[in-house]
Amino acid sequence: MIEVERVTQRFGDRVILRDVTVTLAEPRIGVIGSNGSGKSTFARLLNGLVKPSEGRVTVDGFDTRREGGKVRRKVGFIFTDPDNQIVMPTVAEDVAFSLRRLKLSPDEARDRVAEALERFGLAGHADHPAHLLSGGQKQLLALASVLAAQPETIVCDEPTTLLDLRNTRRVGTLLSQLPQRVVLVTHDLDLLDEYDRVLVFDEGSLIIDDKPAPAVAAYRTLMASP
Amino acid sequence: MAAGGVSPGGPLGAYVPGTSLLHRCPPGPKLLGLLVALTLAIRWPEYVAVPAVALFALARVPPRMALAQLRPLWLFLAVAFGFQVLAAGLGTAIEVVGGILLAVALASLVTLTTRVSAMLDALVVAARPLRRLGIDPDRVALLFALAIRSIPLITEIVRNVREAQCARGAGNNPIALAIPTMIRTLRAADALGEALIARGIDD
Ligand SMILES: Nc1ncnc2c1ncn2[C@@H]1O[C@H](COP(=O)(O)OP(=O)(O)O)[C@@H](O)[C@H]1O
Ligand SMILES: [Mg+2]
Repeated sequence: MIEVERVTQRFGDRVILRDVTVTLAEPRIGVIGSNGSGKSTFARLLNGLVKPSEGRVTVDGFDTRREGGKVRRKVGFIFTDPDNQIVMPTVAEDVAFSLRRLKLSPDEARDRVAEALERFGLAGHADHPAHLLSGGQKQLLALASVLAAQPETIVCDEPTTLLDLRNTRRVGTLLSQLPQRVVLVTHDLDLLDEYDRVLVFDEGSLIIDDKPAPAVAAYRTLMASP
Repeated sequence: MAAGGVSPGGPLGAYVPGTSLLHRCPPGPKLLGLLVALTLAIRWPEYVAVPAVALFALARVPPRMALAQLRPLWLFLAVAFGFQVLAAGLGTAIEVVGGILLAVALASLVTLTTRVSAMLDALVVAARPLRRLGIDPDRVALLFALAIRSIPLITEIVRNVREAQCARGAGNNPIALAIPTMIRTLRAADALGEALIARGIDD
């Protein structure tokens, strides 16, 4: 369970998030809002990439400010541009990188890597340079790598924004089938149809917190008004 | 992607899967062997040429892949060859350029038959004495991995910037190219740093 308590986020003297309090316990949570509304900052707070300027964020009781390592073991993160989160030169090695901190035996690690690549349709690319994958495959690799570490939650910041329709669907379906809790920041509103809950941000405030249908409808109305 | 599980893609990160003697040889001894072979190749290229080709065959590296490794070098070698012919005659030119060609070929044979991860593990072992100086060998290996990973990232950035400049008719002005390239590279480095933190580098 992730608890965000009275968080205000400032960069310099600009207020980016304003007094946000929310408890994330459901398996599928969507986050929407216009550009600059504070979604990415909210997402980054959840795994401690951003430390709250006021208030606190805890994951299963661990404070992101003091126990960032434990938090990040529980909360995986997917960025918009997979190119920036693939850190190893080849596909299998990138997945293996996630396993370093688990201190597995070489055999165990090899099995886990193979399993992760198999699951995301990348088994045939294990030894290929990561930069030669297509955009969709790169995002699948990013997912495979983050999930190989077996986090309890994954936070995805617009993971489909750079993808075509087919890959957007594919990633959306994969996310919806994960055993992990998913917090999905997105502009692809139909990916959220079956979600448990959708949060809407506007100018740094959490203004709507509802089921997907009413939340998305309210968001559309908000965006249509001048 | 090329046929047969073989991936092209420049001198680093290209790997030809296989089970040959060269593939199974641990990276430490292989790198030592390379050191010896390089010395021989520069000194006596005429004796090393045939064994080098034999090694490529032993590792079952497709000739197309072998040549792809050398492609970035053609222009440089042609110029060097020209100079040598003028300065020292044809015999020396063949010897010098042949030596360089063999050296690069042998080095790429090592990268083609060694996974980057195996190379990095060897590096960790080699860097172990540095621990006494307070340097973490794992960090050294990670640094190398990131450097290798950054090559295609930066290549891509340069290509994008150049295309954008051309689209705006800015031509090939080096400054117009350098500044946006630098800014985007720094931004990518920032993002990569965040990803490393998110993926547990510090935990
Ligand atoms: N590290 C930072 N330093 C300064 N300003 C930032 C930083 N991160 C985000 N911002 C600003 O905060 C605002 C909200 O950003 P962000 O959380 O990325 O919104 P969204 O993801 O909804 O587009 C933007 O105006 C952005 O410029
Ligand atoms: Mg954003």
